[in-house]
Amino acid sequence: MDWMAWTLPTAIFFMVIAALLVTFTVLAIKFPETPRKGILRIETTRGDRLFITLLGSAFINLIWLGLEVGPQPYALLACLVYAAAVFRWV
Amino acid sequence: MQKTVNQKAWFLVLPVLVLVAFSAVIPLMTVVNYSVQDTFGNNQFFWNGIGWFKDLLDSERMWDALRRQFVFSAIILAIEIPLGVFVALNMPKKGVWVSVCLVLMSLPLLIPWNVVGTIWQIFGRVDIGLLGYTLDKLGISYNYTQDFFAAWATLIVMDVWHWTSLVALLAYAGLQSIPDAYYQAAKIDQASRWKVFRYIELPKMAGVLMIAILLRFMDSFMIYTEPFVVTGGGPGNATTFLSIDLVKMALGQFDLGPAAAFSIMYFLVILLISWVFYTVMTNLDKRDGPR
Repeated sequence: MDWMAWTLPTAIFFMVIAALLVTFTVLAIKFPETPRKGILRIETTRGDRLFITLLGSAFINLIWLGLEVGPQPYALLACLVYAAAVFRWV
Repeated sequence: MQKTVNQKAWFLVLPVLVLVAFSAVIPLMTVVNYSVQDTFGNNQFFWNGIGWFKDLLDSERMWDALRRQFVFSAIILAIEIPLGVFVALNMPKKGVWVSVCLVLMSLPLLIPWNVVGTIWQIFGRVDIGLLGYTLDKLGISYNYTQDFFAAWATLIVMDVWHWTSLVALLAYAGLQSIPDAYYQAAKIDQASRWKVFRYIELPKMAGVLMIAILLRFMDSFMIYTEPFVVTGGGPGNATTFLSIDLVKMALGQFDLGPAAAFSIMYFLVILLISWVFYTVMTNLDKRDGPR
């Protein structure tokens, strides 16, 4: 795999995403749910909320970097807060 | 009879999964991988962390291209959607002319992008092109290779020429699905033409119109071939849209790292806007459906 220049951080990044997808697939099969309506007034399932979380987290990271809020790893804390908010209220 | 549960058929999907992974998922992952590294060729890569993303967010060039891209998409949507609906409303509903109209409308959609670009590139030339020559003889200064306004006008008119019929055909399909009873009821109530449009035709077209908007937005947001053929991104950088800038960066300058970071940002923007469109669309459908 050397010729593709994979790095450990990229590998970790994708493994986390893959693990999240697998977890949520298993959850969806084991505990089926009915969609609910949150503050966005749209129907969401757990998977939808995961998507909103991941997409939003990408933008949070970019904004964090662009506005030089602080060291980049701390952006992940903001993402966690955001994720909790999405799963609670959206 | 006892129904047997057998999930082995899922394995039949496996080849598709492998194919998609090979042709789409892994290449996309490679882009992410390149975005955190630097290379000087020879397939030697060096770790660069979030450096390219930082550069990208500080780069005037990217923000300018992004701004141009949004302006372009907004203009062509603002023209093509109303125009397409207007054309659809005026198309015949039955008779031989239906087929004639449909064929004529679909003609521009069948022409490959670079051919459309070439047609307009020549059409607009002042020395040999019909449009450019005519405008020049009328005393209107028009030169899309040097004038900012002419370049934009050419690209916008070209896109409208190429894609309005897609909107019109979709809107027409939406109109055709409205039962006659609605129009009869409107006639009995003596509804005006505007009210028929506002309360019968528009709501019934809403679904297909959202698809039209989504398709036209994504296509125009990713437009490459036509502006590349006609203006090549010029004059200066006046029509350098995101994809043109990206190709210049990735292939012209072989800056794989910055280009990869650029692609990810581009992808995120498209993903976000498409998701918003899609969500609005599906929720509109649910609201209109039986309660």
